[in-house]
Amino acid sequence: MKMEIIKMDKISVKYGYIEALRDLDLVVNEGEYIGIVGPNGGGKSTLLKTILGLVKAYEGNVTFKGTTIKKSGLTIGYVPQITDLNRIFPITVQEVVLTAKIPAEKSWFHKYSKKDLNDVEDVLKKVGIHNISERQISDLSGGEFQKMLIARALAVNPNVLLLDEPTAMIDIKSQKQIYTLIKKLSKEMTIVLVTHDVKEITKQVDRLIYLEKNILAEGDPEEVYRYAYLRPVSVAHRARARSGGGE
Amino acid sequence: MLRAIMEYQFMQYAIIASALAAVVSGVIGVIIVEKKLIMMTGGIAHTSYGGVGLGYLLGFEPILGAFIFSIMAALGIGFINNKVTGIKDVVTAIFWSLGMSLGILFIGLIPGYPPDVTSYLFGNILSVTTFNLILILVITLIVTSVIFMFYHDWQSHLFDPEFAKIRGKRTKFMENILLILIALTVVSLIRVVGIILVIALLSIPAATASLLTRKLHHRMILAVLFGLLFMWVGIIISYFTELSSGAVIVIFAFIVYILVWLVQKSMTENKKILKK
Repeated sequence: MKMEIIKMDKISVKYGYIEALRDLDLVVNEGEYIGIVGPNGGGKSTLLKTILGLVKAYEGNVTFKGTTIKKSGLTIGYVPQITDLNRIFPITVQEVVLTAKIPAEKSWFHKYSKKDLNDVEDVLKKVGIHNISERQISDLSGGEFQKMLIARALAVNPNVLLLDEPTAMIDIKSQKQIYTLIKKLSKEMTIVLVTHDVKEITKQVDRLIYLEKNILAEGDPEEVYRYAYLRPVSVAHRARARSGGGE
Repeated sequence: MLRAIMEYQFMQYAIIASALAAVVSGVIGVIIVEKKLIMMTGGIAHTSYGGVGLGYLLGFEPILGAFIFSIMAALGIGFINNKVTGIKDVVTAIFWSLGMSLGILFIGLIPGYPPDVTSYLFGNILSVTTFNLILILVITLIVTSVIFMFYHDWQSHLFDPEFAKIRGKRTKFMENILLILIALTVVSLIRVVGIILVIALLSIPAATASLLTRKLHHRMILAVLFGLLFMWVGIIISYFTELSSGAVIVIFAFIVYILVWLVQKSMTENKKILKK
């Protein structure tokens, strides 16, 4: 039996008066590759941010191997949405990835070590953009930018990788490259991937989750895909039933 | 002009103060521009007028009053922004107008003839005192030290504060430190260009530098150099024409920005044509 590494227990999150997640339970097992799909505003990004501690749940809690993230020994890599970032910020690809190497404390007069530089070179090679390490990020294509963010997430040597829409706003060729890369990474670490690209991830994830403030469907990717996207009426019905609204 | 610099202490003070102001405004100005904090900086600057008024009313150095009000405004705006998202503009406007109103009120309460506050509002670099000079020097040292000691942290925080937070950085603390540094810079620039024109000196050199280089530390260096150019040329023009130094500095800076923008734009167009 696989070990539970992340457990979200009765999580509810609000932004002001707007409810983003309601009474959500989720378990992530070690080595799993999970896909999360759902409509805009369904709470997909909020779910990832709650795991990361960027958003506070007003109810429920998140545990890592039954304890806090620090005590669990887990390291989480995170790939944010491309739209959350300033794409013309004056910084190079290498400098962005190196930010993963800044220590949390005692960072005054910090200088990157040779090991840091070598590690960054390695992850850039792994994602296939080592040839553009000196390039300013404002010169990157959408696909290159996403690969850079994946490289930064990998530079922290994660056991768990959380990706928020890593194929948004990029061309089809780059999308395919990124999915191939993520599939390869899924053999080395636990992955939770948020996306709108349901068809593509149905082919590769171990478990698919349909999220609309709560988990409305989860399990076998093909079944969830059919349930969530080919029978939308059923999903709406179940959503109403869960919220106590009835028909 | 050179003779005047050699002869008159006020000219020497003006040259030194402007050089220090160029350094501090160039370094922090790049961060303000990148983080889109220009209007918030304007709010902090205008709030300081309340402190100037309080200083005159209670009989202590007005710049100290400006210092206290600026810090309070910076932390107040930061605190409310952390508690309630999406109201940055509103909070800035409230502090901005409240500070100005308090300044007007305090000065109105002074018995007898009201003091001349023009140099605080519009700056007069030729009236910098020894106290002002020491204050600007100390603030420049504090601001530049904090930025350069933690340069990589700032770089990471400015590009993606969420990632910095996940990596264990105290991002709210860093935000507050940044606001305090901005407040200190505002205080150091009040004598140079005045409360009303402070945002010009914190934005135009950095914006001009951003047209010419795409590296963060190069932008800081270039912004310092542009700041020096703007201020020294402004002082020279002001000395010979007896026009307000703050206004002359800002107008000259604006003209240079437009020229650099035009040159940069035409060079980009030429490159495009050559590529075709």
